[in-house]
Amino acid sequence: MSDRYVSLKIKRQTDPRKPAYWEEFKIPYKDKMNVISLLMEIQRNPVNAKGEATTPVVWECNCLEEVCGACTMVINGKARQACSALVDQLEQPIVLEPLSKFPVIRDLMVDRTVMFENLKKVKAWIPIDGTYDLGPGPRMAQKVQEECYPISRCMTCGCCMEACPNVNNKSKFMGPAPLAQVKLFNSHPTGAMNQEERLDAIMGVGGITDCGNAQNCVKVCPKQIPLTKSIAQLNRDTTIHGIKRWLGR
Amino acid sequence: MSQVSVVPSENSGLANYHFFVRKLHSFLGVFPISFFLMEHLITNSLAAISPSLYDTAVSRLQSIPFLGVMEVLLIAFPLTIHALYGLYIVYVAKNNLTRYCYTRNWTFYLQRVTALITFVFVLVHVWQLRIAHSLYGLEISYVTMQNLLANPWWLAFYMIGLVAAAFHFANGLWNFTVSWGIVVGEQAQDFIWKLCMILFLISSYVGLTAIWAFIQ
Repeated sequence: MSDRYVSLKIKRQTDPRKPAYWEEFKIPYKDKMNVISLLMEIQRNPVNAKGEATTPVVWECNCLEEVCGACTMVINGKARQACSALVDQLEQPIVLEPLSKFPVIRDLMVDRTVMFENLKKVKAWIPIDGTYDLGPGPRMAQKVQEECYPISRCMTCGCCMEACPNVNNKSKFMGPAPLAQVKLFNSHPTGAMNQEERLDAIMGVGGITDCGNAQNCVKVCPKQIPLTKSIAQLNRDTTIHGIKRWLGR
Repeated sequence: MSQVSVVPSENSGLANYHFFVRKLHSFLGVFPISFFLMEHLITNSLAAISPSLYDTAVSRLQSIPFLGVMEVLLIAFPLTIHALYGLYIVYVAKNNLTRYCYTRNWTFYLQRVTALITFVFVLVHVWQLRIAHSLYGLEISYVTMQNLLANPWWLAFYMIGLVAAAFHFANGLWNFTVSWGIVVGEQAQDFIWKLCMILFLISSYVGLTAIWAFIQ
């Protein structure tokens, strides 16, 4: 067992202003390893493939069951979660890179604040707070619940942003994730009371019209969220809303 | 909503029209540009039936009243807006085919590549025929096209330009149906895309038939 190794190649960066560099590692193989356990091995014994002592690789992780999105990174060229990336299913050397669409903090750790800012921008919530009890809201049809549930699983991991060719430093596109949340909250009977505000929020710069239908988002989404269908539905909603808004000025 | 907007709005000035301009770009691609392209390909393919039929069709088109105004309003102006904003759309994409090699990502990429090819093609095509007709009185006829396409380089240029325009047209039509929310579901989108690819094959065939007729 001890003679088997997992080879690993990691794109590292000591701080946001320093240039990135590659470092290789050889980790003793164990049964049922995932990418997180490889990184933990490096943390335990920070020695690279050449046998030189190095700094431990920085990454983020939390739930370890593909529901929080914290450990999202580019693994063998594709954006995905490190916790669900099983070593036995990966081609070696396993190449790890930080997400390229977000500012790198250090090594594999990126700053995804922009995703939260986008949720705020599109008002991805239902305002029910007040000074008195509003009573029960309208009932939600079973069919709508079933359509919405997959969208509610979004963990703002950033895979869709990473794979989208229209999300980059030249464009202001907010990406597929916040758009799907607009669909989610507009489908909710209480949330629908504020649907125009959310539609207005995605009709500006960086909004829905910046989608180019490359549809990589739906392919890479680890939660199988119907992103392209949600966006197409919002295309219809914003078109109708835009016409009504203009004619009703 | 109950909470004050947290993120300052980026919308001011021209940015207020961001939604409208993108929709205008999309709309112009279908009307009038796609309609004009279809008319153009069908008229040209008359050359495959007989050269004289082509020549009469051309002279009939040239006798349309207020032709100049119509050409500017229905062809030149929409094409210019579509092309200029389209160049910006091409610029703003960062293609990632090597990493995400999916069919739709390919067509996204090809839509932009064919946009650039068609842009150059249309500029040259309009310059050497329509502008030359106005400025130097070049007669538009079967023989003129025959002489032009006798040059193998021009022939290749026209064939590539034609196929690029046909793809951009057909795939753009699919994009239109999705971007306007006409086709929403994934299966429906797939179905319409296949129809559009058949349209691409048909329009390429019609166009190439015309080119073939000119080199006979």
